[in-house]
Amino acid sequence: MKTKVLAIDDSRTIRNLLAATLEEAGFEYHCAVDGREGVDMYPDVDPDVVITDINMPNLDGFGVIEELRGDGINSKVPILVLTTESAPELKARARGAGATGWITKPFDDASLIFALKRVTGAAA
Amino acid sequence: MSGSIQDTFFEECEELLEATDEGLTAIEGGDHDPEVVNAIFRAVHSIKGGAGAFGLDDLVAFAHRFETVFDEVRAGRMELDEKLIQLLLRSSDHLSALVEAARDGGEIDEAHHDTLLAALDEYIPEEEEDLTFEPMGLGAPAPVEDLGAGPSAPAEPQEETYRIRFQPLKEMYGTGNEPFFLFQALRDMGELTVKLDENELPGFDAMDMAESYLAWDLTLVTKESRSIVEAVFEFVEGLCELSIDGDGDAEAEANALAALDAMFSAPPADDAAPAGEPSPDPDTGSAAVPFEPPAPAPISEAKPAAAENKASAPKAESGKQEQRGGPKPTLRVELERVDRLINAVGELIINHSMLAQQIANLNVSDTRDVETELEGFKNLARDIQEGVMAIRAQPVKPLFQRMARIVREASAATGKTCKLVNEGENTEVDKTVIERLSDPLTHILRNAVDHGVEKPEDREAAGKPKTGEIRLSASHRSGSVCIEIKDDGAGVNRPRVKQIAIEKGLIPENAELTDSEIDNLLFMPGFSTAKEVSNLSGRGVGMDVVKNAVTGLGGRINISSTPGKGSTFTIILPLTLAVMDGMVVSVADQTMVVPITSIVETMRGSDDMINSLGADGTLLSIRGNFVPICDVAGGLGLYRESDQQAGVYLLVETETGQRCALAVDDIHDQRQVVIKSLDGVCGEIPGVAAATILGDGKIAMILDPESIIAASPTAAAFDTERRMSNAS
Repeated sequence: MKTKVLAIDDSRTIRNLLAATLEEAGFEYHCAVDGREGVDMYPDVDPDVVITDINMPNLDGFGVIEELRGDGINSKVPILVLTTESAPELKARARGAGATGWITKPFDDASLIFALKRVTGAAA
Repeated sequence: MSGSIQDTFFEECEELLEATDEGLTAIEGGDHDPEVVNAIFRAVHSIKGGAGAFGLDDLVAFAHRFETVFDEVRAGRMELDEKLIQLLLRSSDHLSALVEAARDGGEIDEAHHDTLLAALDEYIPEEEEDLTFEPMGLGAPAPVEDLGAGPSAPAEPQEETYRIRFQPLKEMYGTGNEPFFLFQALRDMGELTVKLDENELPGFDAMDMAESYLAWDLTLVTKESRSIVEAVFEFVEGLCELSIDGDGDAEAEANALAALDAMFSAPPADDAAPAGEPSPDPDTGSAAVPFEPPAPAPISEAKPAAAENKASAPKAESGKQEQRGGPKPTLRVELERVDRLINAVGELIINHSMLAQQIANLNVSDTRDVETELEGFKNLARDIQEGVMAIRAQPVKPLFQRMARIVREASAATGKTCKLVNEGENTEVDKTVIERLSDPLTHILRNAVDHGVEKPEDREAAGKPKTGEIRLSASHRSGSVCIEIKDDGAGVNRPRVKQIAIEKGLIPENAELTDSEIDNLLFMPGFSTAKEVSNLSGRGVGMDVVKNAVTGLGGRINISSTPGKGSTFTIILPLTLAVMDGMVVSVADQTMVVPITSIVETMRGSDDMINSLGADGTLLSIRGNFVPICDVAGGLGLYRESDQQAGVYLLVETETGQRCALAVDDIHDQRQVVIKSLDGVCGEIPGVAAATILGDGKIAMILDPESIIAASPTAAAFDTERRMSNAS
């Protein structure tokens, strides 16, 4: 079984980069263009891990984490925040909302996969 | 792979820059919606994010400054005053320039870059740390040193033993972190022994399911550096009690700082698990050697709830999605595919003509039924053609928005204040037309700022607002696109224009010209009104180039001007460059096509309508007016076998308002023809604009009435005569 990733990012470039990296590494890739779509898609995709951007229209990354954790859709699925910011407050805020970890943009393939392994145990 | 993603990035940049411009223009216009600010922030942020992925450092650095200032505005710590808005507009222009430079490899204006950076920095609070944004290459994994997994690893790193005590706080389980996976990651690095410490587990009755009681003692023998081991626990830092003791700690601590950086650059290699590792056995719950999975995380009761929600959530959300509206779904297609389709549609139209011709050649008495069906075929072909054209059609909005930048730059260069007002931005025009309009529009707008709009003090003296207004509008006008550039400047200085034209020998000294004719002198090659070479003019490009560009698109350009009130340039363009309506005529046994747009009327002439002019010139008298006759056959150097004089006339009008009667032998039909460019096949031929393929498979030339008239001695003689008579 492939590990299913749901990536939520409003940048097409980043989505393409993620798709390329993840698919090559053997993950099953799904994506949403903003937080709202991501949360809406979540139940259907039923991912093993969520990667979300922070700055997005309609619903931002914090909103995504809060909705996914908050109403108990699945409080256990790991949520990785993908962000250009590395400020500690931001990490603290994301974690406070229930984020599992974070990946700093720009990411390199290996660290992305490493992070995914640590939260999903994926063999990929 | 990365190439195409980079293309996507630049495409996306265009959209993002457009959004930025749009937002800034809205703010400039007094829109204080916080969502506008948010949208701009996100757009710039996305440009930064993408640029980072491709190592475009300049772009990243600049976007970051820009974004930081915007963040201040967003957070309400800074007000958007006029000065800041102008700075942001200039910065947005510069951001576009940086994107262009990154894409096309051009140079950027370093001085301008630094000035803007400094100006932006003034708005950034002191404590704001400049982000260290290390770009990491795509597709090329960071050096996998230290991993020593493969036999080819050069220097064999020393094995070390780490003793790790790991005790999660209950908060950790709320973040989706799972000890088991962390242990798995450690196991991949070397030999791992896990020992569960269950000493703190209370009795079953006293157990609080939300509490965390478990702790683990791990021993890891690995060749990995300490920083890599620490990196495994990166996400749970602060959410657990963690101690890592290693053999080489003294040395490792010295690298404590470096460890943070190394975290991202040296992940473990895939599948680096040691050979012969024992497979985890989930049934043995207690401490075991060497590696056992830990007990499941305590908060496992969340699972059933999740399942329930799964059923209800999508229903509730799907309605919301529809409400949200948002942009219509679109499809991104390679241009080439659309071009192929357009070609195929062109063939279809030609094919229709061929069928029609074949049927006519059959000599069957009753073809009504077939003709009805054929008419249906024709209508369908037209529908398909329009549909395909609609695919290529794009709103002129991005083009118009770029023009705002041109006006800002030109204003800055000339010390004038001008604002550009766009109208009809959603008017759709063929993509190629939009692309090729960019240069002419740029030139006209620069001219409008440079020559049209007066200096602020002059404007004030003339009782006008200090800020000049240039209106750029687009609209559809009976099958054509009309682009209008209207300024509220001083208008064309006619005495001066005429003077220059005389000085340059473009018109005779005693020429008496109408106002409109004087205005149109601006389009003559070699004409320039600039008294001195300013920053903007003196680029060696005149309005004649603009005119050629527009004509090259099959369009026309016209100018009208009111002294003291301003000038208006009107560009009329065909909707598409691929198919046009034409009149099929025959000239000296050749079939030719004349664009319908240039034809005013057609008529059959009788001898008494023809008057002679000079030695062999002829004029056609129409309702009391004389119009020069151009014999198309003669103009193209064709020999007419029969002695019979062409008796059919197409009255055409040039963009300068000059009328002329094109003499042809016969008119056959009015129909849609597919334009086949002659560029690259046989170069430019005077009098011929392009070619088309007729129903019988033959090639027919599409005439360019404008150049036929220009080459006609009769028309020239008549024109001179007229001017002379006006002068006297």
